[in-house]
Amino acid sequence: MLRRAGPSLRHFLLERNSSAGHSSCSREAKMSRPVQARRLEGIDKNIWVEFVNLAATYSKVNLGQGFPDFPAPDFLTEALRRALGGGNHMLHQYTRAFGHPPLVKVLAQFFEKLLGRDLDPMTNVMVTVGAYQGLFCCFQALVDEGDEVIIIEPFFDCYEPMVKMAGGTPVFVPLRPNPPKDGKLMSSADWQLDPAELASKFSERTKAIVLNSPNNPLGKVFSREELGLIAELCVKHDVLCISDEVYEWLVYDGKQHIRIASLQGMWDRTVIIGSAGKTFSATGWKVGWVVGPDRLLQHLRTVHQNSVYHCATIAQEAVAQGFQRELMLYGKPESYFVQLPKELQQKRDWLVQSLDGVGMKPIIPEGTYFLVADISPFKSDVPDVPNSDEPYDSRFAKWMVKNKGLAAIPLSAFYSEAHKNNYTNFIRFCFAKEEATLKAASDILQKWKQEKTSS
Amino acid sequence: MPFRHKNTRRIEGLDSNVWVEFTKVAADPSIVNLGQGLPDISPPSYVKEELAKVAAVDRLNQYTRGFGHPSLVKALSQVYEKVCGRKIDPLTDILVTVGAYGSLFSTIQALIEEGDEVIIIEPFYDCYEPMVKMAGAKPVFIPLRCKKDGNSASSADWVLDPAELANKFNSKTKAIILNTPHNPIGKVFTLEELQVIADLCIKHDTLCISDEVYEWLVYKGNKHIKIATLPGMWERTVTIGSAGKTYSVTGWKLGWSIGPEYLIKHLQVVHQNTLYTCPTPLQEALAQAFWVDYKRMDDPDCYFYSLSRELESKRDRMAQLLKEAGLKPVIPDGGYFMIVDVSTLNVDLSDLDEKQPYDYKFVKWMIASKKLSAIPLSAFCGLETKKQFEKYIRFCFIKKDSTLDAAEVILKNWNKQTG
Repeated sequence: MLRRAGPSLRHFLLERNSSAGHSSCSREAKMSRPVQARRLEGIDKNIWVEFVNLAATYSKVNLGQGFPDFPAPDFLTEALRRALGGGNHMLHQYTRAFGHPPLVKVLAQFFEKLLGRDLDPMTNVMVTVGAYQGLFCCFQALVDEGDEVIIIEPFFDCYEPMVKMAGGTPVFVPLRPNPPKDGKLMSSADWQLDPAELASKFSERTKAIVLNSPNNPLGKVFSREELGLIAELCVKHDVLCISDEVYEWLVYDGKQHIRIASLQGMWDRTVIIGSAGKTFSATGWKVGWVVGPDRLLQHLRTVHQNSVYHCATIAQEAVAQGFQRELMLYGKPESYFVQLPKELQQKRDWLVQSLDGVGMKPIIPEGTYFLVADISPFKSDVPDVPNSDEPYDSRFAKWMVKNKGLAAIPLSAFYSEAHKNNYTNFIRFCFAKEEATLKAASDILQKWKQEKTSS
Repeated sequence: MPFRHKNTRRIEGLDSNVWVEFTKVAADPSIVNLGQGLPDISPPSYVKEELAKVAAVDRLNQYTRGFGHPSLVKALSQVYEKVCGRKIDPLTDILVTVGAYGSLFSTIQALIEEGDEVIIIEPFYDCYEPMVKMAGAKPVFIPLRCKKDGNSASSADWVLDPAELANKFNSKTKAIILNTPHNPIGKVFTLEELQVIADLCIKHDTLCISDEVYEWLVYKGNKHIKIATLPGMWERTVTIGSAGKTYSVTGWKLGWSIGPEYLIKHLQVVHQNTLYTCPTPLQEALAQAFWVDYKRMDDPDCYFYSLSRELESKRDRMAQLLKEAGLKPVIPDGGYFMIVDVSTLNVDLSDLDEKQPYDYKFVKWMIASKKLSAIPLSAFCGLETKKQFEKYIRFCFIKKDSTLDAAEVILKNWNKQTG
């Protein structure tokens, strides 16, 4: 039985036990036993915390974190204003936990069109706090201790810690670059899975594969053949597919985004994840959704009702109206889903030109609002540190934001620990930015190049 | 091939939920809904106006800081520094979450795991049990007991037995969940009662998860005391608050966890791996609302106090109506719920579904025959204790006058109809 220790003795004991480096909390008393749950092991680090801080402190031009610096479309902010001004103050209260009825209804209508199948808004759709929480629900609902989950590298960084937090084992398979022989710039299409390698990753413990198409950070838009390959393996091994399609509307050069759930045998084993933040350039609204068969979504509902329960009502109301507009304008030139990719394609081309012009080699993305560039010609500016734990591209990106004021994200951030040093010459730029921002980035790069050639 | 993809073990048995059952039923507009705890009164106008203003600012439609929008955590730290009388670092001691619900989840996922026991005081806000189970831990229940031998007139009559409570603590006890003011009874724990809990937490080196969402809703003669302010408690307590309850905006789904850095940092890790960041415009609007009230925290017009006064008169009206209908309400010292002993009515429901507790059957009967909804209290109890509480139902009184008028009509006519 513990005796209640006097404050000075207790404090002394806790001081001895507390870890170094946090001067403010080593003076504070703490509990004497370890507090955190084991599920947090190995998932506490997060590159965004560091890089967002760096960008906030040093950057003059921020092409790092993925969010637009142009406004959300008028019709969306208008919808919010209308909802607020409409006098229905019940929009400030709880709505249906699994999704505000007007939103799930219009999402069901939309996705019925896109998938070519009937959808029940109450059981085939659930609204989440951003696609991020949709992903969380998938892993918590479907991945148990000992399950393996295949993750394609490079990947949106949260997949790995979410799999681990669910007690699962991430199994990585890389997209491998096959540069064109004619010396032209690479396209994201040149990064491909090796079919035999992919097949070898499926085992009897494989529960799911995470697919992200269009892919962040490369911008790859998986082709029908590539999706067919993945689908075949899923069906053969009875594996689920968690399909992160947040950039579904951002595809360029007339390419088509193909939904794996529409392939043979896939609807019953796929959860599709979407995002209002990416769809409507309003990342701060944190409205996302999952679409899938009831027998999978029912488990996501259980996780949702035991973790956040409801999502904010008014944002859902406004997004529903945004979708109503898009449903009416579907396929027409005024549709935001037609205009946004058009605008972004121009920005993409502009940034590609800027980077190519200074000697950085961009990989032309088929989709998303990211592109990855090879910074090898600029390597000499940032001395390599032998035996450093930190991958080169990470040090390069940090040096660049501090010394040039240009923020970008190192590609190694999107790789597992074991593979962080496989591609150390690439950084990711976000081009969902105003012309002025992209021009300012170009100016920084031009100046930098001039400094190099003149020195 | 049979479909092998079942639910994970962590959510086994956690799929059903009293709300899913009862909110559907009460969605019928002809029913006077005093069930689910959501206000049908309007939030204060300046709160709505702040959100309208924010909608016009472009950058507020994009991501903000993951652990909490800077202006919001700053406002929260100021408000709570004043209340707690201690320095609160907005960046390390606070996490903004999706409702207090999200704070409960983040706290439990961060600090509770398999092998742990967590003490839950019955009746309890229903999510505590499934959240503890989802974390792989074992809920250990202890009931509030009516010290007046079943004849309770006030929430203060419901108390913990100190010896019984002490027996629930052992070396596996990781935390106790405290909810004050209490949902559903409305009890406001006194300093003495909190000291008993604090002494045990310190003695057994356990955490305290203090759900204080109704912290501003305390009625005359009562004071809300934060257990984290008791000696030895700051370092082991996570205190949870709610914008929904503070500003009558349950649909904004913003809440917060406040505590020492070395605990909050683990909640932040959970948060960065679950939803990463909360909506920006709502956080900014909430921050602005907090500044308005922070500036008048010494003024009775502060919404924190004016809402409480408004609700006290609704509480009194509700209690009066229930008594006139022959029911026995337990007058709450805080919160916006009132529990009512319905056994005095002797409604015979033996022909209905045997398996459900009496209060479930009563509420369903009341919805169908009286067009009035409430929530059965046994939904807020562990399995063993359901029998103790099945004669009670819970009413929510944060309702506009016309709703209470409609309830009045039903209650006045209650005895004019038979069963």
